[in-house]
Formats: sequence, structure tokens, C-alpha cells
Amino acid sequence: MWRYFTPAIAFLLLGALFAVALVRIENGTMDPRAIKSPLLGKAAPTFVLPTVTEPSRPFDSAVLKGHPYVINVWGTWCPACREEHSALLVIARRAGIPFIGIDWKDDRQQAQQYLGQLGNPYTETVADDEGRVAIDWGVYGAPETFLVGADGQVLVKFAGALTEAIWAEKFAPFVQGGG
Amino acid sequence: MIPEIGTLALLIALVLAVLQSVFGLVGAHRNDAVWMRATSSSTVAVFLFVLLAFIVLAYGFVVHDYSIEYVAHNSNNELPLIYRIAAVWGAHEGSLLLWVLILSTWALLVSRLSKGLPDVFRTRVLGTLGLVGVGFLAFTTLTSSPFTRLLPAPLDGADLNPILQDPALAAHPPMLYMGYVGTSVAFAFAVAAMLSGRMDASWSRWTRPWTVAAWMCLTLGISLGSWWAYYVLGWGGWWFWDPVENASFMPWLASTALIHSLAVTEKRGLFRNWTLLLAIFAFSLSLLGTFLVRSGVLVSVHSFAADPSRGLFVLGLLLFFIVGSLTLYAIRAPSLQSEGGFAPVSRESFLLLNNALLVAAAGLILLGTLWPLVMDSFNLGKISVGPPYFNTVFLVPTLPLVALVGVGMHSTWKRASYASKGRPLALMAIIGLVLGALVAFVCYGRYGLPLTIIGFGGGFFLMASALWQPLARLVRRQAQPRAALGMAVAHFGIGLFVIGVSGVASYKIEKDVSMGPGDTATIAGYTFRFESSKDVVGPNYLAREAQVAITRDGAPVAALTTQKRQFKIQNNPTTHAGIDVAWNRDLFVALGDELGAGKWSLRLQYKPLVRYIWLGGVFCALGGLIAILDRRYRGGIVEPVHPTDTETAAATGEG
Repeated sequence: MWRYFTPAIAFLLLGALFAVALVRIENGTMDPRAIKSPLLGKAAPTFVLPTVTEPSRPFDSAVLKGHPYVINVWGTWCPACREEHSALLVIARRAGIPFIGIDWKDDRQQAQQYLGQLGNPYTETVADDEGRVAIDWGVYGAPETFLVGADGQVLVKFAGALTEAIWAEKFAPFVQGGG
Repeated sequence: MIPEIGTLALLIALVLAVLQSVFGLVGAHRNDAVWMRATSSSTVAVFLFVLLAFIVLAYGFVVHDYSIEYVAHNSNNELPLIYRIAAVWGAHEGSLLLWVLILSTWALLVSRLSKGLPDVFRTRVLGTLGLVGVGFLAFTTLTSSPFTRLLPAPLDGADLNPILQDPALAAHPPMLYMGYVGTSVAFAFAVAAMLSGRMDASWSRWTRPWTVAAWMCLTLGISLGSWWAYYVLGWGGWWFWDPVENASFMPWLASTALIHSLAVTEKRGLFRNWTLLLAIFAFSLSLLGTFLVRSGVLVSVHSFAADPSRGLFVLGLLLFFIVGSLTLYAIRAPSLQSEGGFAPVSRESFLLLNNALLVAAAGLILLGTLWPLVMDSFNLGKISVGPPYFNTVFLVPTLPLVALVGVGMHSTWKRASYASKGRPLALMAIIGLVLGALVAFVCYGRYGLPLTIIGFGGGFFLMASALWQPLARLVRRQAQPRAALGMAVAHFGIGLFVIGVSGVASYKIEKDVSMGPGDTATIAGYTFRFESSKDVVGPNYLAREAQVAITRDGAPVAALTTQKRQFKIQNNPTTHAGIDVAWNRDLFVALGDELGAGKWSLRLQYKPLVRYIWLGGVFCALGGLIAILDRRYRGGIVEPVHPTDTETAAATGEG
């Protein structure tokens, strides 16, 4: 007799799962839209790209080997990048590790002008005109920020405008002495 | 004033749906002729008022009434008329209205076209459909009214999501919903059977055409969606195992199983409980899809704006209908146990295997779809389950199914003998495999994937096996029973589909290139030459259009045009691929991003046999249509076919 109740009970369990998910989304402890990066825990992609400031000088990401560093994908065409820029200046100064900007599908001169006017938080900014490197990094949109550990693994990925609070919460725990 | 008429119409429809369900369920219980007549009348009335609400909303789109928030968010002064109509179901609120309209249409059809059904039974079915209507009308009016005012009204609207501005997509949701919502009819028939505690051969015969009709719409709807994704999203893929695609595919698998299980229940009175359960499952999976798309618990390109409070409402509906019907099942099933047996090799066994494999496929897809949600909900980490999982778990149960269908089609009820059919079938299988190997090595010059030849061979075998009996009847100048012919046509369609999938999966070539005017690139022997590009102005978008000429060995093959459209208001780009279609392949060009210095990124693709994927779907649906037109579904209450009629049933191949 009771075996006929199996489907009903199985569905009740499924319903309970949905209820948990809905409640957690409602109170903000879960966000299904948060981007899952396949790169987390994997080796960071390497690249050689011309720098924005001196286009004739290429920058090879191999020189960063053995050190933790930050990759920030930005563009002058991206309003949210402008929004995070002032926070980025503060964070980069305090963190004490290299900040590498990837200027994504942008105009070289506008980018130089932008950094000249708003200040340059980056140790180096490279120009990814065709967006090839951004594809390697699995970039969905700008801005996106990655933290790479000394062992070359991607530790953190954050999509959207960075703030000091987000840095303190998500990135700082991985950066020794920084924050 | 006019939008308020829409709101009022929905409220009246809600009240009428309450009457429909009360008159239906209580009236049938009391066997009250007046109440039962009232059920039919209220069914018609619900339909009329929902239709009125729908027309009011469509009118709002046609005349650009931006005081309606939904119109303001999903339309625009420059949006062409056809897309203003399609925009009615372009977002959450309006598509829900379409859902309800289609539900009331199905109910209307059941009340008009089932004169042969006993009054009590038909009334119960309508009452159950009324209850579903109450749930979804309440959902619409309480949480998702499409008639909410936006005052002061904006001068122009925010435009329809650009990826929805396409003819195939205008037709895809209504067709898909016809199928999705149509599963509610089989569900209502199952609930009515459980309420009455009676389930005989005539019950299955009444249920079958409705189930097949819904299944047919679902098949076409899914095929249209796949075709749309192929050429609009610019990816050139035809199936992505996206949660929302899965949500439409699982009810398809369940209703396919249901169609086959119903055959056994009709002919042999077996699998009764299983048939009931499948009818509930098919509808449950449809509701589950509605929940997944509208609650925001899963992320998908298709999902509507997320709103957890709406999610809770749908979850409530889900629990009410599914747990309610499954509890009813638990109470009634023990008394509906089937009697009678069958030999290990018999049509029953084949259909049992068919059901087991289809349900296994649906279950594994459900698991993969929900697994990320389970992980996320219990803080076990974020994962995504992708095509490698789904392709594997789908192939494992369905590949044996292809072979089983080819053999099982020729089995007989109770005990099947292959004494006279074994040799021809074995011959067909061998010829199929040889043909498969020939296609692989001669046409494409290489083995392909591990399963390529099995896939081609299985497809050819299935097509031959499906054609065998109709052709034999043609030669003997015998009449073609529609049910048997329909089955053959649908199975032939599956064969076409399998061949299409095998061809694309094994031999497709995709290449991303950077090209400027005059540049050429060659794939699969076809040379693509970027001729020129220019700006084009559309009604509500600007586009960059590229001309690409294709030649083969110097001879012109096609001149294609591909566009990257930038919509003015929503500022989203969409890609319109240029596609050259031939019987054996598609050549596909999609314009990507501008790379500077006159260069553009282009995606070039060679898609062998891709059309057979959708053609297979069309054949399946056509088979369904032919089967519905079978004579025995017309007319009134017919004497049930006796289970001992095995030979006649098998000879006509019904099932």
C-alpha cells in the first residue's frame, strides 16, 4: 500500500528543495546568476600583448610568474569601469601586488587619455584589441577582476564594479598583508 | 479604460473557472445533469473572457498604448506589427496570459469534441481543467497582471527583446505552449479516471488522440525552437541542453512514453497504473518547466525576469496539483491493478522497454538540470552541468531504443514470433550498417566519431523498418489503417532525426576567421570570399551587412548575406546568419565583431545533414496527425477491442 505513495513523497522532497532555493534567493544568501568561472582553481592563461602606454613594447605575462597579481578587464566604453575606477586606485595602492589592466577592445588614444585624466591604477595595461585574451579568461563583460596566486592559479573572480568592501570581503583574505 | 476591460475580463474568467471546477467536480460526483450542463457552459465562458483579455492586450500593442506597463516594456513605436502581436507573449505576464488562453482553448475543444464521452466523465475532465485554470488565472491576476498601468505613460516603449524579433520565434511559443499545456488534458483524463475508480479500454481510447495532439504540438514547438536557436543566436548549434530547453524536452519524453503506454492500456488493459503515473508526470514536468523558467532558480538565456514571490506562488500550484494527484494515485492505484500476462518477447515487452528507456532519459536529464540547484541550495559549491553529461546520459538509453523501435514495431501482442520477420529485419539491419559505413567513408571520407556508423546504420534501419509494412500494404493493394500509418511515419521521422544528428555531430566543421574585403577562407572544400560590407537601416535597428560569396572548385555555389543588428532601444546586438541550404548540408556564415582595419570576425560553418534533424521532427508530428485521424477515434462509444484480437491488432500495427 505505502509503496504507492513513493511518487508523492519523492515530489514533496523536490518541492522542499525548491522552497529552500526560493527562500535563500529571497533573503539574498544565494544568487543563481552569480557567474561560475571555469577558471577558478585552474592555471591562469598567459598572454603577450602590447601595452597601452607604449604600443611598441609588448608585455609578457610570464614575468608575473611566482607572484600574486590582479587582472582587471576594462574599457573606456564601459560605464561600470568608470564607476569602479576611483575604488581601484585606492585598492591597487594599498594591496601592494601588481595590478594588470586588460584594455578590452578599446581605442588606444582614448585609453591613454582616460588613464591620464582619472589616474592610472595599473602596474601595466595591455591592449587586447581583438578580445582574444579576454576569451581565454572567459570574460563575459567588463569590468571583471581576477586574483591570481603565487602558484599561478586563479583564486578569485569578480564580475561587476569593484568596491573597497567587495575587495575586503572577497580578495583581501587571499592577499598576504594586503587589504 | 480599455486595459481595465482586460483586468475585468480576467477576473470574470477566474470566477467562471471556479464555477467550472466546482460544477464539474461536484456535479459529476452528485451526477446532477443541470450542474454538468453548467460545466460545459462555464468552460465556453472562461474561454471567451480569457480571449477577450488577450485581445485587449494585443490591441494595446497594436495601438501603442504605453499606459500599459507591459506594453511600454515590450514594444516600441518602430516595432513592426507582426512583432507587436508576437510581443504579447514576449515576456512573463503576457506569456502567462497565452498559457491560460491555450488552457481554456484545450478545455473548449474537449467540451465540444467529446460528445461521445459519458457526461459524468467529460464533466470530471472539464472540472479538473477548470481547477488548473483557477490556479493559473489566480497566478496571473494576483502576481502578474499584464494590464498594470504606467502613469504618466511614456512616449515610446522600451522595445521587445531583440532576439525575440524573428518569425520562427513568433510562432515557437504558441506551438510549444499548445503542447506544454496540452499535457493538462491527459492529466485531467487521468484524474477523472482516478476519481471514478474506473479505467477501461475506452478510457485509453478517449485519452489517446488528445495526448497525441498535445505531443504533436510539443514536437513541432521544440523543433521550431531548435531551428530558431540555430540561425538567430548565431551559434549554429541546434541543441544546447539549456535548463529551459530541458524543461520542454522532459515533458516530451514523458508524453512519448505515455503515448506508447496508452497503446498497451487500450489493447491489453495492462500498465494501467503506469499510464496514470505517466499522465501525471507529463503534466508535472510541464508545470516544473513553468516553475523553472519563471522563478529565477536556474539561469538560462530563456528565463524571464526572476521574482521569488512569483516563484513561491508557482511552487504552491506545483505542490497542489502534483502532490494532490499523486496522493489520489496512491489511494486509487491498488484497486486499478492490471491483470493478464505477456510473453518475454511480445509487443508489451517492447513497449515496456520503450517506457523504461524514455523515462530513464527524462530522469537523467532532470537530475542534470536540477543538480546545480541542489549544490547551490546546500552551499556545496557552484557547478554547471553541461553538454558532456547530457549527451552521454541521453545517448545511453536512446541508442538501444533506436534498435528496439525498429524491431518492436513488427511485434504482436501477448507473444511475438519473428519466424517470418526475423530474416528481413536482420537483412535491413545489415544493409543499414553497410549503408552507414558507405556514407561515412565514401561521402565524408573518414570514420568520424566512435558511434557514427552505428548512428547512420540505426537511422537507416529504422527508416527501412518503418516503411516495410506500409509499402507491403501498398503492394498488396490493402487499405492503410491511419493509426498504423501514423506510427510508421513518426518512426520514419525518428530515423531521419538520428541520421541528421549523426551527420552533424560527426562531420561538422566550424571555423572562426578574421576577414576583410577580398579575403577568402576554405572549409570542407567550399571557399568563402568576403565580398563587401555595408550599413543597413532596419525599422528599429541598424545593421552591418556582409556579403559572402561561396565557390566550390571555382564554380559559384551561393551568395550569402549576414547581418549583425544593433537594436536602437535595447542596444543588444543580434546576429542573422546567412545560410545556404542543400539537401545534404548547410553552409553557414555569421558576422561577428568588427576587428578594425576593415576586418571582421566571421564564423564559417559546414553542417552536413543538419536539416534532417528538423525534418525528422516534422515527420514525427505528421505521424501524430495521421494517427489522430484514425477512424476509431471518431464517432461515439465503441465496443472495446478484445484483448484476444491480437492478430488483427498486430496486422494493422495499431499502437
